Amino acid sequence: MICDVCKTNPATVYLTQIVDGNMKKVNLCESCSKDKGVSDPTGFALADLLLGLGETQQVEQASPAEQCPACGFTQADFKKTGRLGCSDCYATFADGLSSLLQAMHKGIKHTGKVPARLFRDLARFDRLNELKRNLEEAVTKEDYESAATIRDEIRQLESGEVDS
Amino acid sequence: MKIGPILAKRGDWLSPEGGDHPVVISSRVRLARNLSKMPFPGWAKKTERIRILDEIKPEINCLNQMKDGFSEHLNELSAVEKQVLVERHLISREHAAKGVGSAVMISSSQAISIMINEEDHLRMQAITSGLDLLKTFQMIDEVDTALEAHLDFAFDPELGYLTACPTNVGTGMRASAMVHLPGLVLGEQVNQVVNSVNKIGLAVRGLYGEGTEALGNLFQVSNQTTLGEKESQIIERLNKVIETLIQRESQARENLLATRRTTLLDQIGRAYGILTHAHSVSSKEALNLLSIMRLGIDLGFFPEGGRLIINALLMETQPAHLQHFSQQKLAAEERDYRRADIVREKLKSFPKPNNTKESGDHTADPAPESK
Ligand SMILES: [Zn+2]
Ligand SMILES: [Zn+2]
Repeated sequence: MICDVCKTNPATVYLTQIVDGNMKKVNLCESCSKDKGVSDPTGFALADLLLGLGETQQVEQASPAEQCPACGFTQADFKKTGRLGCSDCYATFADGLSSLLQAMHKGIKHTGKVPARLFRDLARFDRLNELKRNLEEAVTKEDYESAATIRDEIRQLESGEVDS
Repeated sequence: MKIGPILAKRGDWLSPEGGDHPVVISSRVRLARNLSKMPFPGWAKKTERIRILDEIKPEINCLNQMKDGFSEHLNELSAVEKQVLVERHLISREHAAKGVGSAVMISSSQAISIMINEEDHLRMQAITSGLDLLKTFQMIDEVDTALEAHLDFAFDPELGYLTACPTNVGTGMRASAMVHLPGLVLGEQVNQVVNSVNKIGLAVRGLYGEGTEALGNLFQVSNQTTLGEKESQIIERLNKVIETLIQRESQARENLLATRRTTLLDQIGRAYGILTHAHSVSSKEALNLLSIMRLGIDLGFFPEGGRLIINALLMETQPAHLQHFSQQKLAAEERDYRRADIVREKLKSFPKPNNTKESGDHTADPAPESK
């Protein structure tokens, strides 16, 4: 078997992963596997390789944005390196990235650790959204008494946000 | 503290204090973090990387965990010193290639190491001996929690921690265990087991891979996905797989004892013979023979106490370790001589394999295949 990256040397490293029900296979030669950092298994993910094998095309096709306003990173840069320029790039190239993330991960919503500082903001954010839904419901039902109470709570929460 | 004293000490996970496990050698958890509003290291200019380093380093210095630790800029380390850190799993190969604007910080026990400006602004890892991924995660989680009070990490409510490579986004966590699977390798079942693990989104790979073989029968199992699951769920999934690997490995070893005892004894006897008498041993040969010695200890052919010696030799016979401790640059040939000297010296008081123990029926043994 021939290496998928350089297409010249015989492959000696075989990688298989099921992503989204599809089997993805990559065969690498010794030098390409080293180049791709496969020699350090902790730092390595198969998806990493896929990035270098044309899957970055998706980003190009789906993202209207050409360049990250925060750091100047372009789609071409991503295609070349498989790495992004700054944390804002995730928002800049969001459309194209989402399918890529879906293909490489278990889900597309983070459910793990949240920095303590943000945790409070997030809880408030979630509560606010809930209250706004309740408010709409109350208004539709013409339950103006409840609506007034909910509105007060929303106002309180929102002013709290300004405080912190 | 300078690098000399740190390198002279064995890491906790290779010390007598570290627990022994017949299959799992070490547990490792790494977290990737970045400062918000700053370009990732690969895209940052040199001046920006230095600014990032200057912002992060003092905060790490303040950590309790890093008291009396070691800290150095990558451009201040020699090639051999960097390589020693790679061999100890304290920095990545990629980080070893970095220079100005990158640094490494290591706790005095070597259980915690932090790379600044590797692929991400921060790569923090904890490593412990034996199997305890949850404890290992908690160790590095505490470091992260302490740092986030002072550093503004790039975080998105939907995507979690934002990393330079989309493969790490979410938890930014890579958890892994180094496992020793000589039974599965000798029993020729390892490919099948590795493939089935790879199918469930975890990666198994030879630790010192050259070609298809895994040198020293050492493998690394790690999670491949970081988004969509909690840290604890990822670890739970890994633990289940590792438990299965341990079971399969134990079965394979029992199987070898029962059906291929002579082959097994032959391998162990040869490993012992070569390591105690050879005058030139390559790094590859050392890894493979030390692995068989370790198996011999696990199976009771050598005393339990020998495991520490073997663990230490697995580390000390690697190329950069050899060069660092002999204080000179050695050509490959000289390294092989020196390696053999060290191994012979360390194994001088190592008893011969005790194969009188619960000897099985030798006639049941198939003829040992010639290699
Ligand atoms: Zn290749
Ligand atoms: Zn950007």
